[in-house]
Amino acid sequence: MAKFRLPKNSKIARGKTIDVSDGTKNAKTFKVYRWDPDSGENPRTDLYTIDLDKCGPMVLDAIIYIKNEIDPSLTFRRSCREGICGSCAMNIDGTNTLACTKSIKSVKKDISIYPLPHMQVRKDLVPDLNNFYKQYASVKPWLQSKTKAPEKKERLQSKQERAKVDGLYECILCACCSTSCPSYWWNSDKYLGPATLLQSYRWLVDSRDDATDERLDELEGPFKLFRCHTIMNCTNSCPKGLNPAKAISEIKKMMVARGN
Amino acid sequence: MPSEYQFIEHQHDVIVIGAGGAGLRATFGMAEKGLSTACITKVFPTRSHTVAAQGGMSAALGNMGEDDWRWHMYDTIKGSDWLGDQDAIEYMCKEAIPAVIELEHYGVPFSRTESGEIYQRPFGGMTTNYGEGTAQRTCAAADRTGHAILHTLYQQSLKHNAEFLIEYFAVDLVMDKDGVCRGVIAWNLEDGTMHLFRAHSVIIATGGYGRSYFSCTSAHTCTGDGNGMILRAGLPLQDMEFTQFHPTGIYGAGCLITEGVRGEGGYLTNANGERFMERYAPNAKDLASRDVVSRSMTVEITEGRGVGAEGDHIFLHLEHLGADVINERLPGIAESAEIFAGVDVTKEPIPVLPTVHYNMGGIPTNIHGEVVTTKDGNPDSVVPGLMSIGEAACVSVHGANRLGSNSLLDLVVFGRAAAQHCAATIKPGEKHAPLDNESTDRVLSHFDAMRYADGSEPVAKIRLEMQKTMQKHAAVFRTGELMNEGIEKLEEIWESFKHVKVTDRSLIWNTDLVETLELENLLGSAMTSIKAAANREESRGAHAREDFPDRDDENWMKHTLTWLDTEGKVKFDYRPVHMYTLTDDVEVVPPKKRVY
Repeated sequence: MAKFRLPKNSKIARGKTIDVSDGTKNAKTFKVYRWDPDSGENPRTDLYTIDLDKCGPMVLDAIIYIKNEIDPSLTFRRSCREGICGSCAMNIDGTNTLACTKSIKSVKKDISIYPLPHMQVRKDLVPDLNNFYKQYASVKPWLQSKTKAPEKKERLQSKQERAKVDGLYECILCACCSTSCPSYWWNSDKYLGPATLLQSYRWLVDSRDDATDERLDELEGPFKLFRCHTIMNCTNSCPKGLNPAKAISEIKKMMVARGN
Repeated sequence: MPSEYQFIEHQHDVIVIGAGGAGLRATFGMAEKGLSTACITKVFPTRSHTVAAQGGMSAALGNMGEDDWRWHMYDTIKGSDWLGDQDAIEYMCKEAIPAVIELEHYGVPFSRTESGEIYQRPFGGMTTNYGEGTAQRTCAAADRTGHAILHTLYQQSLKHNAEFLIEYFAVDLVMDKDGVCRGVIAWNLEDGTMHLFRAHSVIIATGGYGRSYFSCTSAHTCTGDGNGMILRAGLPLQDMEFTQFHPTGIYGAGCLITEGVRGEGGYLTNANGERFMERYAPNAKDLASRDVVSRSMTVEITEGRGVGAEGDHIFLHLEHLGADVINERLPGIAESAEIFAGVDVTKEPIPVLPTVHYNMGGIPTNIHGEVVTTKDGNPDSVVPGLMSIGEAACVSVHGANRLGSNSLLDLVVFGRAAAQHCAATIKPGEKHAPLDNESTDRVLSHFDAMRYADGSEPVAKIRLEMQKTMQKHAAVFRTGELMNEGIEKLEEIWESFKHVKVTDRSLIWNTDLVETLELENLLGSAMTSIKAAANREESRGAHAREDFPDRDDENWMKHTLTWLDTEGKVKFDYRPVHMYTLTDDVEVVPPKKRVY
């Protein structure tokens, strides 16, 4: 059997241990992945123990507290802090989610925080999302209509037609789903992944869009769509409660139906 | 120039800084017209704060009953407490209709009426027949309208192949000796390179500076970066004293709960369970203008009728609306209330508090988006090569107080106007005049000094002190004494920034340095804001002074301009309010007492 050895620089070392909890009862330890591209050193995990009475209730509050009070070089993306911008997606306690809506109390033990899995890391908790964004653009995620829009009036769409994009248009492109998918881990160069496919489906079912055939044509082949093996990690991890796995299976059904 | 920086030069017709609603609308509008356009943004476009807008975008479509853009214009002028420029307001309210139709054609997933048209809901201060009835004017995609619009605008940008420079931080404008803007210098966080973007027009669309306060609905990234650049370029900001407190931020967390909740029939109560807005605004009640509702809530709390153990907040009820209405029209806030307040909105009220939400002031512009300043007695003197749109700008369509759902409108209408203006005035591929090194060296030296700042004061500490000072000294109600104390404190904080300490010296993804540069921008915004507030001795819109409780049209119906020097000193001047319309389609609305 072939033996695999991970590259030397991928081994995660034990980093610093810093305790600023001052012996409080309400202390919590966060194990945070750190990697500095300039240092030439291997990644490490630092342990920070903080007093939860001094910080807000969410994991993002704790990370910001660590950056503000202990180590200003700790690097992560964040913006809206209310679960709508999708910036602070990371792996917390083994699950991809948004740091801003993940409550500290929901994790009983020490909380480990890593970047989204299986992506190139730029620094600390910042993954490279360029390929993810390219894939999103590749499905032409905009309205394509062959009929001219009425002048000075909106296109009509019934409430029932509009309801079909519910559970789809709300995607915040945080990449939690795609980076939780083993199929995407192995084939992210060819398999589009759940987030992008959910967006593709969002346009496939929009009653105003006429490019169904072209969109399905684009998804033909063994990889782009069909590398989904219904593992369902995507649906389990979506912090917005969406169901990419279902969207993907609906696209597969559309493929089969049009094949007949 | 510090030699260690790799400096990459680019030439474009137009550069847009910021990829929120305004920046994106302008970017693809120009790409569509064949101008070489690049958009620089410090976050991926769909992460801009427009994404968090909830309730909707106003436009007098009349889908839910009779409506007229003139009524919308009247409401906006009254909402602005007669500080808004009436020509700009006319333009915005008239253009609202084609602008929202265009968005639908682009694919925005608006909620629908039974007949399949765009669904519209009531919103604060929006009336029919010049104040008589309640208008249903706010076009909504459930309670995620900003998300729906921002994503659609980004999709259109992809369609038009617009160029984006994502996770680039704009450091400063490049201004030449004649005061012409010639480009911008930006820092690529991903690889640490520095870039000079030459352009015939630079459009600042960097949003507001809500983070100068301790408690705000604004994102961490709302740091007034464009305002900071303008001040460092020696140009003025306008009407910085006007800060909007949204009545319903979640108590504690500060996250936004849309006014759409009250639009759909929600209401506020005090500790006695009383619907107190009936006393303050007998007609509009809970749908009065935001400044009015925020003040009423604050009075209830200070007079001892707040709810909760500390009596320091108010309840927002929507449980009577029923699960069906909530699920269809307000699903997002149901989620937010559960996560951030632990409240099931179908059963219990949401604890809320007036929370900093929007900056009416900003970079003064005309209706094309061109930046203006006073020069040789001309209050509308255009700064060549420089434009601004969106919350960063002050056109001024919101005057002293913005109406809910007029912001998404402002973004789209003026983003579009800016694109049209550039298309009409810039020839694609025009040559760039030579640029001396001095204007770029200055920027890089400043950047380098910040990067190696080795003082004693951490960024987070200075920032927190600024935020607490603004929160206490430039709040819903203000007095001269309170603000002057605040100014003293802020001047000390300004001094302490000279001793700032940056820990991370790297160039790749150095967010410690990003936050330092952002803090500099916030400090400039905060300083001009509180000084302009102390300077304006009247009450108007969101600027409510207990020592000057009345509006004073004779002395103060004018825009404040503020220049800031490196020592934190502010210089004032004024521009007249445009009390004239753009066309003969409508008449000027003369000032009168503002009651709801």
